[in-house]
Amino acid sequence: MASEQPVLRIEGLTHTFGGLKAVSDFSTELHRNEIVGLIGPNGAGKTTVFNLLCGLYRPKEGDLLFEGTQLRGRRPHEITSLGIGRTFQNIRLWNELSVLDNLRIGHSSRLGYGIVDAFFHTRRMRATEAEVTEQAMELLRSFGLERHAEVRPRNLPYGLQRRVEICRALVMRPRLLLLDEPAAGMNPGEINELMELISWVRDTYGVTVWIIEHQMRIIMGICERLQVLNFGETIAEGTPEQIQGDPVVIKAYLGEPVA
Amino acid sequence: MERRGTPLLIGATFLLTVGASSLGLYNSYVEFLIMLIGINIMLGASLNLINGYMGEFSVGHAAFMGVGAYVASLLTVWLLANDRVFGLPVLPDGASILVFPLALVVGAVAAALFSLLVAVPSFRTRGDYLAIITLAVNFIFKSVIENLDAIGGPRGFMGMGGVLNAMERTWRVPWLMIWVFVSTVLTLYVISRYVRSTMGKGIVAIRDDEIAAEVMAVDTRRLKVVTFMLGCGFAGLAGGLHAHLLGFINPSSYFILQSVMVMVIVYLGGMGSLSGTVISAVGFTLLLEALRPLGVGRWLAVPLILILLMRFRPSGLMGDRELPEVFPWLRRYFPAPEDRFLKETVSGQ
Amino acid sequence: METFLQHLLNGLQWGSFLALIAVGYSMVYGVLLLINFAHGDIFMVGAYSGLFIGAFLLREAQLPTWAVVSLTVLLTMLVTSAVGVAIERVAYRPLRRKGADRLYLVITALMFGLLLEYGNLALLGASDRQFPTLFERRTFDIAGLSVSNVRLLVIVLSFLAMGLTWYVVQKTKWGMAMRAISYDRLAVPLMGIKVDNLIVGTFVIGASLAALAGVMYGTAFPILSYDMGLLVGWQAFIAAVVGGIGSVRGAMVGGYLLGFTQVLVVASPLPSTFRDLITFTVLLLILAVRPTGLFGVARRTKV
Repeated sequence: MASEQPVLRIEGLTHTFGGLKAVSDFSTELHRNEIVGLIGPNGAGKTTVFNLLCGLYRPKEGDLLFEGTQLRGRRPHEITSLGIGRTFQNIRLWNELSVLDNLRIGHSSRLGYGIVDAFFHTRRMRATEAEVTEQAMELLRSFGLERHAEVRPRNLPYGLQRRVEICRALVMRPRLLLLDEPAAGMNPGEINELMELISWVRDTYGVTVWIIEHQMRIIMGICERLQVLNFGETIAEGTPEQIQGDPVVIKAYLGEPVA
Repeated sequence: MERRGTPLLIGATFLLTVGASSLGLYNSYVEFLIMLIGINIMLGASLNLINGYMGEFSVGHAAFMGVGAYVASLLTVWLLANDRVFGLPVLPDGASILVFPLALVVGAVAAALFSLLVAVPSFRTRGDYLAIITLAVNFIFKSVIENLDAIGGPRGFMGMGGVLNAMERTWRVPWLMIWVFVSTVLTLYVISRYVRSTMGKGIVAIRDDEIAAEVMAVDTRRLKVVTFMLGCGFAGLAGGLHAHLLGFINPSSYFILQSVMVMVIVYLGGMGSLSGTVISAVGFTLLLEALRPLGVGRWLAVPLILILLMRFRPSGLMGDRELPEVFPWLRRYFPAPEDRFLKETVSGQ
Repeated sequence: METFLQHLLNGLQWGSFLALIAVGYSMVYGVLLLINFAHGDIFMVGAYSGLFIGAFLLREAQLPTWAVVSLTVLLTMLVTSAVGVAIERVAYRPLRRKGADRLYLVITALMFGLLLEYGNLALLGASDRQFPTLFERRTFDIAGLSVSNVRLLVIVLSFLAMGLTWYVVQKTKWGMAMRAISYDRLAVPLMGIKVDNLIVGTFVIGASLAALAGVMYGTAFPILSYDMGLLVGWQAFIAAVVGGIGSVRGAMVGGYLLGFTQVLVVASPLPSTFRDLITFTVLLLILAVRPTGLFGVARRTKV
């Protein structure tokens, strides 16, 4: 059986902040349609891995290969336009723009019209905008968010903002979706909804999902594989069941509530 | 289409400015004021694009006005007028009709290119440091011109009156008024179109959260370059017109006080509101004229207004809303910002 | 050799003015994280206050020269500090209390500078003013050079003032609080110092140094103009940025560095009008290559 190229392959990723080693010789492989979890105590370097992947930092060492393409050294907008979507630990929607605009801007890398078109609203621009608007509305409808299209995100309840952020990340149909603590601040009921949403997103849009999380419910519930980070180093890998019983992991964490 | 408001407004303004002027209804002082208002609208709108919509902190906008002023003037005076520096005109009067607008465009392009001095640093710096850079650019502009003795240095440059005469001799029509009108409408049109496009909204995203914008595949560098060049280009256009309005320019005219006056117009009207800029440009220009009896003291009004604004109403007159948002009954005649591409009204807004 | 020493002295004198003013910029930035754009015009206020106070004392008081000079300096420092603190109280504090966006603070600072400038223009007119001659000029012969007593005075007084400032910043509790506050606001009250008092104190020191610079500048270059704050103050500001804004040591070093550079440019075959151009180009280069300046500390923002 021809083994398919991994969606994401990271090898030997290392990064330091000043004298502090934030990520140390990190490696991983993500395959199509997987839901993989990246966990570890606070400050373990998980978000740093995401930031390095997205090009927000330049790694000291290591290779980042997305569908075979080297990401290292590229600017963030180049990287994500290759097919990666991302949400953030603290919701980073644009509160000065409507929900619809938040989504439409996701199309910026492939707008199909140029500067002069924008200056004069040419026919090509108007046609493109109509199309982009329709696509965005379609996406909002699938998420059940179309009612809020013209609302500013800050006026929505927290849970809905999270959904919008995930929705925005999907606008360009990425093949890899990075979710940074999507369940932060949610109660158990909301977490269940989120888990359903993530599974549905993976099934409907055929994305590979990489989640950073602390909440056991999600980790045990939808992650198929886990990788555990501590002080920037991988200390364990395996299925949730394997990890749950691993004494090394327990020692590193010491006291995550099992919801 | 019910929304005929904008063409009607433009038409009415045309009649009131160009039309009335060509009929000789205004004395030269009123005409001067009208054109100055137009120029200030252009300056305000162009700076609002950079400081308001994109949320940068450019404090030396007059430098770009100055680049446009000098480049356009040097061209027109050399080609069309008889003056001390260049001597006799190179081209006959008739050419002036075409050369004048072309020179304005060249001035605008020069200003747009000059803006790269600020656009490129803006990739990595924001806030205070960018403000320092824009101030330094303003200083550099003034310093460069002062060192160019051939074109008058600190003493200034004149001859633009002769250019206007050449145009009037060819066809007796209020040329400067026409070009100010056209330029003002063009500036407002292009800027409002730009910010109402998804591409242009990217700059609001940059202002709100630049990192998120980068991650959402917005090419922030390109967008910054485009926006700076657009804003500073229009400032250069305004500068070229301003130079011909005054007939005489010197580097001090395009220095800190002028930069601050444009800032007043922008912050007074509201960062991110074009209708606010128009209103405040009109109001501020008239206010300064009304204060003329105070002599030099009237310049105190400029910093005072900003100080009071920052303290008591930093959002300015209109904040980031346009007139149709503040007065809903206007929506029958003018498009409100969001409506253009969203066919269905989903939330009853 | 002689000319080189002359240039050295020129550079020391000019650098002294820049350094004294630059310290004020850096101190306020270190404490408030605000570039006090009005500071250059505080220098102008110092010079003009010195002018009026000095002229008054000369006219009205029958005092020996050393008394006139010292009183002028002290009173000018007092007046200038009052102006500086007034701006802090009236303009910056209300905005800080409100938690206003830093943008508003910076604009306000810029505007107060303009206000002082145009206020001067409106009240005193456009013509330049002459600083009174408070003492007789004399030249000494030192190692074959003719050195004026003014030049000596400027250099010596500046070094003394900066030495004193350095001592306060590095060795006293007050100075430590000043250095600590930009990193941790809470640490300062825990040291027994009220934050507001600390801020006022910072402004007093900065304004006093600028006032000293103003009086000495008026003595060395007696023609004062309303825009001298813009002309000289900006050079000092650039010096502070070059040295690393927020660092007192940087301001001092930056001041002398820039002072020497400018003196050399003027002395070189380049037209002297290039001086400003080169200064601003240096600024742009520094900001491009090392925005935190020579001694500044980079602050990271968390992504």
